[in-house]
Amino acid sequence: MKITICIGSSCHLKGSRHVLEQLQNLIAEHNLKDKVTIAGTFCLGICQEHVSVCIEDQVYSVTPDTTKEFFEKEVLAKL
Amino acid sequence: MRKFDTKVQHLKYKVLREVARLAWNDRLAEGIMDIPNIIVPKSEPTMRCCVYKERAIVAERVKLAMGGDSSNPNVIEVIEIACDECPMSGYEVSSACRGCLAHRCEDVCKRGAISFDDNHVAHIDKTKCVQCGQCAKVCPYGAILNHTRPCVKACKVKAISSNNENAASIDNHACIACGACVYQCPFGAIMDKSFILNAIELLKASQKDEATRVYAVVAPSISSQFSYAKLGQVISGIKALGFHTVVEAALGADMVALSEARELAEKGFLTSSCCPAFVAYIKKQFPDLAPYISHNLSPAATIAEYIKSTEPGAKVIFIGPCTAKKMEMQEDRVKDLIDCVITFEELQALFDSRDLDISTMEEDVLNNASYYGRIFARSGGLSDAVAQALKEQGLDDFDLKAVPCDGIEACRIALLKASRRMLNGNFIEGMACQGGCIGGAGCLTHGEKNKADVDKYGEEALEKTITDAVSMIQ
Repeated sequence: MKITICIGSSCHLKGSRHVLEQLQNLIAEHNLKDKVTIAGTFCLGICQEHVSVCIEDQVYSVTPDTTKEFFEKEVLAKL
Repeated sequence: MRKFDTKVQHLKYKVLREVARLAWNDRLAEGIMDIPNIIVPKSEPTMRCCVYKERAIVAERVKLAMGGDSSNPNVIEVIEIACDECPMSGYEVSSACRGCLAHRCEDVCKRGAISFDDNHVAHIDKTKCVQCGQCAKVCPYGAILNHTRPCVKACKVKAISSNNENAASIDNHACIACGACVYQCPFGAIMDKSFILNAIELLKASQKDEATRVYAVVAPSISSQFSYAKLGQVISGIKALGFHTVVEAALGADMVALSEARELAEKGFLTSSCCPAFVAYIKKQFPDLAPYISHNLSPAATIAEYIKSTEPGAKVIFIGPCTAKKMEMQEDRVKDLIDCVITFEELQALFDSRDLDISTMEEDVLNNASYYGRIFARSGGLSDAVAQALKEQGLDDFDLKAVPCDGIEACRIALLKASRRMLNGNFIEGMACQGGCIGGAGCLTHGEKNKADVDKYGEEALEKTITDAVSMIQ
């Protein structure tokens, strides 16, 4: 599974670094480094919402507070 | 609020704007011959001896706006018919000499070049004079004038002389493409080649093919430019031109600071590699020091490389203050990373060619880099960033002795000392332009306030450390 996080200016200001760090930690905690890769991109074109995170063409809007929930629902559950 | 420092820049901008306007509408071939008449519409000359000469010069500017002479590898070109062939006779006594008694000029001249006629008026013996200028400094009437060409004076690497026709001529072997002469020539007779047509072509192609989206990489000196609008509005304007998004070159600077600090700690002596004019200067004038040039790509090329790693089909256009970047983008290491370079002057022309009034636009955001990446835009910033990068990477033991060189003359002195192993320092930060990138020839405006603008922009960065900013892309 490939997770692409928007690290463009707008998402960066909304905390994409914290989302990224949490996801990296969660992936390490669950020993998923072989199964999940994380990539960055500079703009997913959805700048009005929270931090844009893309998994297989589907874009989710995530905040640092909802990252854990997002990980459980959209990553863990779908592996 | 004024957009440019000089009327020369304004003229150059008008030509670029008209060329761009035609290019957007696919009308360049049919409309190009009309541009001289659009720029010089009246029958009375306002710049030269007659409107025909004015139009002929505009036609030459159109050529440069379209990429210039492809047989000339230099990105800086002389428009010979625009050169006013300024006098270059050196120090001369003018009619303001009152034939005083003090004779300070005579006393200060170590060469004995000054004599006096029967009316006690001073004269300079050209065969003895070495152009030191001391006599001009001490004359209480300012009666001694120095007839040098502004281009020659501006060119600290001595690449400009005059040709057989008496027009300015650039020695491509010595020229470092810094653009100092471009900004200083009062007749606008020296210009940087423009690649706006390539930029427009890339932007148009990206509208048809999603896979070739165009990224704007902007230099941090943008914070001191477009002072009639807010930075966020400039970003909106860039996107309105068709760019997919805007990324700070300063994030590339953060990446460079980290690896340059490691390289410095390992090698013990290094020069920076951010400024392409400085790098060219070392290679041309101090080849023995070339092995000490940092192996890092420039910040712009570094971030462009990262962008292309995230999106292989992406195109990158660098927007900055720098004419030497137009030379850098042709280098083997860089040509696949940066697809086109335009200056702030050219960006203004592109905005107006699309009738975009950025001062009325919504404010977008720009925030990728740390404080340290952003202050690369001014002299001393790179040294501060390397000091910070050493600290952040636990390399505090390395005793950094940075030598920030503000302008190519300061660079020359430091390099000369380094080549004789007499430099009290282990890291040369070289910036060819006065003040650093904020003094670049492609800036719209140059001023005292610019350094403060860059520092303020640095403080507005979300990330306070280089490591945090770079953690986003590792």
